[in-house]
Amino acid sequence: MSGVDVTAVAKSYGATKVLTDITQSFESSSFTSLLGPSGSGKTTLLRIIAGFVAPDEGAVRIAGADVTGVPVHARNIGMVFQSYALFPHMSVAANVGFGLGRRGIRGKVAKAQVDEALEMVRLPGFGGRYPRQLSGGQQQRVALARAIVIRPDVLLLDEPLSALDRRLRQEMQVELLRIQRESGLTTIFVTHDQEEALTLSDKVAILDRGRIVQMGRPAEVYERPRTKFAAEFLGDANFLTGKIRGNTVEIAGATIATQDALPADGTSVTVAVRPEKIAIRPADSAGNDALENRLPATVSSVIYTGTALTYMLRTGDLHLKVFAQNSDGSPLAAGSAVVLSWAARHSVMVEG
Amino acid sequence: MPPEAGVAGLPAARRRMPPWVATAALLLPSYAWLTLAVLLPLAAMFAFSFLHATPLGNKPVVWTLEQYRAFYDQPYLLGVAWASLSIGLWTTGICAVVGFAAALALVRATAGRARETLLILVLLPFWTNGLVRVFSWTMVIREGGFLDTFVRWFWPSAPSLGFLYTTPAIVLGLVHGYLPYMVLTCYIALLSIDEAVIEAAQSLGARWWTVLFKILVPLAAPGLVTGAILIFVPVIGAFMEPRILGGRVGVTMGTVIEDQFTQAFNWPLGSALAFTMLAVVLAVFATFSGVLRRSAAT
Repeated sequence: MSGVDVTAVAKSYGATKVLTDITQSFESSSFTSLLGPSGSGKTTLLRIIAGFVAPDEGAVRIAGADVTGVPVHARNIGMVFQSYALFPHMSVAANVGFGLGRRGIRGKVAKAQVDEALEMVRLPGFGGRYPRQLSGGQQQRVALARAIVIRPDVLLLDEPLSALDRRLRQEMQVELLRIQRESGLTTIFVTHDQEEALTLSDKVAILDRGRIVQMGRPAEVYERPRTKFAAEFLGDANFLTGKIRGNTVEIAGATIATQDALPADGTSVTVAVRPEKIAIRPADSAGNDALENRLPATVSSVIYTGTALTYMLRTGDLHLKVFAQNSDGSPLAAGSAVVLSWAARHSVMVEG
Repeated sequence: MPPEAGVAGLPAARRRMPPWVATAALLLPSYAWLTLAVLLPLAAMFAFSFLHATPLGNKPVVWTLEQYRAFYDQPYLLGVAWASLSIGLWTTGICAVVGFAAALALVRATAGRARETLLILVLLPFWTNGLVRVFSWTMVIREGGFLDTFVRWFWPSAPSLGFLYTTPAIVLGLVHGYLPYMVLTCYIALLSIDEAVIEAAQSLGARWWTVLFKILVPLAAPGLVTGAILIFVPVIGAFMEPRILGGRVGVTMGTVIEDQFTQAFNWPLGSALAFTMLAVVLAVFATFSGVLRRSAAT
């Protein structure tokens, strides 16, 4: 059974189309990230699932029931906001118990569940404090406890970690993942932080201008991006555009091998290659690797970051980027002639 | 040239004055004016309240505490005080309900130009002359006034709805005059509530009345309390509205005090009553200051 099903959902504000024909299933107990730049519609999609925004078209089903016309308070959802949105006039215990009270759970039973939820977010004994007495990270934990204590059908997270500093964010990522695994809640997580999305999710959905351009396991989406946008937004990518000849792609004098199924001869296609997949060596050294693709290039500049090196290269009119480990401590100088090589399976055909 | 050279190069005469000099210089004009215009007359009135009779002509000056026994000597004043109090409570209560609702509507349902225009309309009573405002109500609510005319368009044989010269008429006039305070204080309090807090409540299963009474009202409590004080204090001392709209029933502390000064010429009694009310008002402040401080801390 699916946790959340979105069918043919569309939303416009005036003439601006925010979402176009979104159809997507979010599996029960899975952790899905909605990843996209601002304005891609990811928050709108989350708010449509929550019920704060009514879609112009389409339907939303939560735990099998059609909730398209159901108001927010009657959907069994847990939501965590970027601003924490704790009730400032209530104690932590009253905050966490708020949703239980709305469900008629009060007294000892409620207190036990509140304590259990606070235990889960590692804030036992904080019930008597007020939100203003807590740090940002602690407030976000309370917000999480408040959302999960009601055992929602779906947990919706609207950039919950973006207000925290870097170290706290990493700590909370680990916590969030543990809590999600322990509770088994279907979770939909909106973020614009690609690393966060890759680390946390079972599935990543990439949104671009109101459409989900690709959804899949993090490794799948990262290794086999379907569009130029997906390749560029999630990680870095070099794009090589050329024409099909036989089973290779011809690019400015070189031929590029790929394992993807190719369209007919003469069609213009774009191939994406991740910068860390490319091996770099001086042109005069012997190449004895078994990599199918070879491309001579010139180093334009090197960015030295200690553990790693980023080479900016040029071949003809083409600009390329290569990530290399700083394994021998002597980076190639700008201007050196080099040979780039990579495996055929790392040339991924992408749509414009 | 190093930056510190400029500072060192200043003439020695321009030494820095101690900070309290500037503070005192800035405060002096307003405190001097307050002393002259408010504190001195108030002190004179306070002195008057201990006199036996208004010291005019050749009457001897006799000091006494008898004026402060007025509530004991003239028990009808207790009834008057109760009338003032209940008018104050009714006015403040109605202002709280209506003002909070209006402020909520302004914050939640309007934006931009529409909100600005509506806010200015709320402030209109402030910019109209109080006497004109109150007299215009007499035209509306007297027997055969605009209200009756309006109702009789639809129901020609309707009995008169006119309620001029009743306590509700006084309350109506006072609510009209003081409502803007409540709208503005609640508006500011509601404006500072994070939209996400309301959404969080809804996502946890709260219906509109739960959001209203568990989230909005408690969070806007400082605005409600401030508005209530701003309204209650002047309303229990009001004398214009009770006099014009209350007629025979319009006897309040405000009108009694006014009478002592303008009709009975008993300034000592008038001042004593006024200072008694001031004491009551200060007691009200002292009671609420704890509440205000607590809600200001959240």
